[in-house]
Amino acid sequence: MKMYAKLLASIVPVVLIVGCTTTPKVAEKSAPVEERAAPASASSAATPAPATSTGVEVLAAPDKGGFKGDPLNDPASLLSKRVVFFEFDSSEIKDDARPIIEAHAAYLAERPKVSITLEGHADERGSREYNLALGERRAKAVQQLMQIKGVSSKQLDVVSFGEEHPVALGHDEAAWAQNRRVELVYPK
Amino acid sequence: MSFVFSRFTPLFIVSCLCAMVLATPVRAALTIEITGGAEGAQPIAIVPFGWDGPAAPPADLAGIVSADLYRSGEFAPMPEKNMVSRPQEGSQVNFADWRAAGVPNLVIGKLRASGNGYVAQFQLFDVFKGEQLAGYSIPTSEQDLRRTAHQISDIIYEKLTGQPGAFATRIAYITEVRGANAKSRYSLWVADADGYNPVAILNSAQPLMSPAWSPDGTRLAYVSFERRRPEVYVQEIATRHRELVASHRGINSAPAWSPDGARLALVLSKDGNPDVYILNMRNKSLLRVTDSPAIDTEPAWSPDGNSLVFTSDRGGRPQLYRVSADGGKPQRLTFEGDYNAHGVYSPDGRSLVMVTGEGNRFRIAVQDLSTGAQRIVTDTRLDESPSFAPNGAIIVYATEVNNRGVLAMVSVDGKVRQRVTQTEGNAREPAWGPRTNRIKP
Repeated sequence: MKMYAKLLASIVPVVLIVGCTTTPKVAEKSAPVEERAAPASASSAATPAPATSTGVEVLAAPDKGGFKGDPLNDPASLLSKRVVFFEFDSSEIKDDARPIIEAHAAYLAERPKVSITLEGHADERGSREYNLALGERRAKAVQQLMQIKGVSSKQLDVVSFGEEHPVALGHDEAAWAQNRRVELVYPK
Repeated sequence: MSFVFSRFTPLFIVSCLCAMVLATPVRAALTIEITGGAEGAQPIAIVPFGWDGPAAPPADLAGIVSADLYRSGEFAPMPEKNMVSRPQEGSQVNFADWRAAGVPNLVIGKLRASGNGYVAQFQLFDVFKGEQLAGYSIPTSEQDLRRTAHQISDIIYEKLTGQPGAFATRIAYITEVRGANAKSRYSLWVADADGYNPVAILNSAQPLMSPAWSPDGTRLAYVSFERRRPEVYVQEIATRHRELVASHRGINSAPAWSPDGARLALVLSKDGNPDVYILNMRNKSLLRVTDSPAIDTEPAWSPDGNSLVFTSDRGGRPQLYRVSADGGKPQRLTFEGDYNAHGVYSPDGRSLVMVTGEGNRFRIAVQDLSTGAQRIVTDTRLDESPSFAPNGAIIVYATEVNNRGVLAMVSVDGKVRQRVTQTEGNAREPAWGPRTNRIKP
């Protein structure tokens, strides 16, 4: 958790500053994304940064000159991660998922016109209907955290697919771990 | 075609059943084979039926009856080559021959053309008493010949075991076929209980779930994701006409018809989290049955229609609870293990079948409601969606074999096991339909 918080603290300011110098070409690809809402001050968006952020090691610094475009498309940004994973029969947000969700929350909070769909999924074990409910509970757990972080409920649509849309087709823990997830789906 | 049944060589039996599949004009998308436990099956002689007509008979009724009774695990039909005579009428039966062969029961019959259709007649005898136990003459048609054979199987089964058969019934199930582009195609099927006459009543590019039969067998309720979210539809099988019956915000799922067919229990999360509701199908009014911050899902009606069993994790892990159909305080029913879900009442209301989880194994269990004792009846590891045959003797469920979703059947005592193999894709969520036009012996 701490490590990710540090990582986030190091990345978010860079990303947001870069966000101000967006090239319109990339922005056109994601039409509904409101570009001009980028914050004037980087510190206001870096909410997850703890007081202990001294001695931060920059692990994933962008190339010199920085990433140009919507921060959503920056491969070095946490925003490039659009899936968070869960334990079996659990909807508890794991420590490694929290910074990802918070990064998206910060992005969305600055762009009230952008809405996303939180798609909840489950692994194949147990009953399909229970898994449908579990997928919804997972998506709602993500929704709740995002709302706490300032995202409007209007920006967050929740849908569960239960175990019906696996990304990994195996029948072992390696596959199940990939399927117990919430996908953060931005409009195309 | 000759049948050679031996309970010690199951592989050979499978090849015989396959030969039967090839020999009949009616395609079977499902092939059912016994994979265990036909020990102690009762011998029975089913003589090939006579045929009064030109050319070959339009159906091998005795073959269909033999296959039905064999698959029940309770009967061992006598190989045709061992029959010393082939009587077609009562007057031709020499009981001494059959006594000598050690066969306690004998079935003979005839099929004849009549008007635009046929008449099938058969007789069931107690060989040792030399008495007729049942004799029927059943008018039928070209398209109903297999169904007539299944009705004959039902009568024989009920006469000899004391409980009704479930051969002349249908099963609904869902298949998923993955295309080369990794996109899946989902279909809702209705097939005879022996896998023949499969008909897809719906195809979709999005998942389908939870088919549920109306008690009169004319309609199926199910969940469709065709609008990228789970919604409940009701579809008439004969006309294919369908109606969207639940499309609230959130989850709309787990439909279950009340025994009188007037109401549909379902699960909605419109008020925040999944709860059980009852939709009145006449006036579309909604009654909320459960109200907890936990997951409440998979309602199933008691046969008397007074209560519902459902899955809830209100105690921390999924367990089964019972609640009055009018609402009120639910009562927990399962206490063994930390995962019990998808409870369904047996037709007599005395037991529940469910999915029970233990570590990474999810198997089918039957719980006696008076004693609370739970018995695991399967030995695979990803079992789900159990559904009782209308006679309560067999449970159909879904499992995974060699990376494929398949259907399987097990007798309620866990002794007789059958694997059902479909021609392509993954099969899942079997729902055994009601017995609709039963001939009472």
